[in-house]
Amino acid sequence: MKECNYIQLKERALELKREVIKMVGIGNAGHIGGSFSLAEILAALYFHKLRHDPQNPDWEDRDRVVFSKGHAAVIQYAALALCGYFPKEELGKLKQLGARLQGHPDKLTTPGIEANTGSLGQGLSISCGMAAAAKVDKKDSKTYCIVGDGEQCEGQIWEAAMAAANFKLDNLVAIVDKNKLMATGPIVDRFDNNPVVDKWKAFGWHVIEIDGHDIEQVVKALDDADEVKGKPTVIIAHTIKGKGVSFTEHNPAFHNGTLTEEQYHAALKELATVEGADAI
Amino acid sequence: MKMMSQRQVYGEKLVSLGEKYKNIVVCEADLGKSTMTYMFQERFPERYFEMGIAEANMVSFATGLALTDKIAFVNTFAVFASGRAYDQIRQGVAIGKFNVKIVGSSSGLSDFGDGATHQAIEDIAIMRAIPNLTVLAPMDAIELEKMMDVIVDYDGPVYMRINRNDLPALYPEDKPFEIGKPVVIREGKDITVFAHGVMISMALKAAEKLEKEGISLRVVNVSSLKPLDEEMIKEYASGVKGIVTAEEHNYMGGLAEIIPSILKEMSIPMESVAVRDVFGQSAHSYEELLVHYGLTDAEIIEGVRKILEV
Repeated sequence: MKECNYIQLKERALELKREVIKMVGIGNAGHIGGSFSLAEILAALYFHKLRHDPQNPDWEDRDRVVFSKGHAAVIQYAALALCGYFPKEELGKLKQLGARLQGHPDKLTTPGIEANTGSLGQGLSISCGMAAAAKVDKKDSKTYCIVGDGEQCEGQIWEAAMAAANFKLDNLVAIVDKNKLMATGPIVDRFDNNPVVDKWKAFGWHVIEIDGHDIEQVVKALDDADEVKGKPTVIIAHTIKGKGVSFTEHNPAFHNGTLTEEQYHAALKELATVEGADAI
Repeated sequence: MKMMSQRQVYGEKLVSLGEKYKNIVVCEADLGKSTMTYMFQERFPERYFEMGIAEANMVSFATGLALTDKIAFVNTFAVFASGRAYDQIRQGVAIGKFNVKIVGSSSGLSDFGDGATHQAIEDIAIMRAIPNLTVLAPMDAIELEKMMDVIVDYDGPVYMRINRNDLPALYPEDKPFEIGKPVVIREGKDITVFAHGVMISMALKAAEKLEKEGISLRVVNVSSLKPLDEEMIKEYASGVKGIVTAEEHNYMGGLAEIIPSILKEMSIPMESVAVRDVFGQSAHSYEELLVHYGLTDAEIIEGVRKILEV
């Protein structure tokens, strides 16, 4: 297992969130909530766990990250830019006409993006196909798939869950960003898809439950998943939608919300430091 | 007349291509004995994925395979490929132009016994409306085989519909298939018939009958519905007195609308032979259904007579 600097990863998570705020900017709608719930998970993946080469995005032995919850692309773009897949300046062009950073992930335009997702429920099936291809080719690369909490309402997620178990895809790790909110409000109040842990177990997956904002737990879960053989692993990451900025936390308004100028600066201020340390 | 099954040839061709192309993989949703992909499964079990009865997942799964440098062939009935997996094709495959070959078997009314739920009379319209997608409808088993050689080397998404039944094998062996290019199957000077699939054989039958009356038909196979070389359509529509389109498909979104939209600047009479915006139904034979829905040489002849007023 790789050595891990947890403080640095925490700083990376904060940096990702700051970049998200800057990309969304003032007065534009952006998926801040569902991005912030993923910050530590993405920091652990992109800055610690993944075997990848930003200079060679099509390297065939790379690990792959598929955002089945494609609407959170904005934080993946931040991670990709900070890794060096494309210039950081390009983040400022998010969703501009003609820009390659689309509202939802587009593999054709964006280096480091692995699939075209956005219509929910499809990314896990795509990830299964990637993991199955690695098996056919006898490669040891892994596929990580980020699944939304509300996305678990999609029937196709469970078709994919069956397929992954059927094909014994132990090179596939699904990470459920269990942030408890769908676009219009709390999942338990609106359409309760629980108990999800029991469901994944019943579908034949190895389940690991963690606090998705505890970077040490995230890293450990990703490492533990490497040891699971003969079945796929799902990490149920309990998270908080909008985590890290007081007024976006638990707030469905920031599923795809707009920041005022005041909120923009307040958010950046709240995200400026990590446990007393200087920001990167 | 030599009769051949498109699906039989498809199954065999998939195996022979599989020998040559080690990166071909095949996905199936429990219809392998109908689509004939069981042959590939027997020969290359490690490259064959039985996906269970879950077409949406199958198409996205195949997308993942394609994104990992495979040529992924997805198989189910045309009605399910274009219906159940529409969104997966649009979102996951077509936007990204990924190398997934979607093969819609038992197309048109060819699954005669199973009725409306299994008869795809709108698949071409649905698939053709999706940007980036190539849409093909081979006229017979010979053309299908040529088509397979071409699409396997084409790095992009394809939808191809396949007939379930034995059909006359009439495609000229010396004529290559090219994506986008309509092919003249029979020369003629009075009327041009644009058709695809089983309706080519009907058009040829009509041409033979009319020849005795001194009327000659130019029969053009429009098996590449998208892309489609519009200049060639215009060329084949010129010098004749009228156009008849013929298809085993709803007229809406089919040749009945495609051809007039290409020829809009030509003032030329047109008639169409197609399914008239109704669903199919069960019957004891394919031929019975073709007669019932007016998809035979008789309707083509009727169209010709209307135009020529003879």
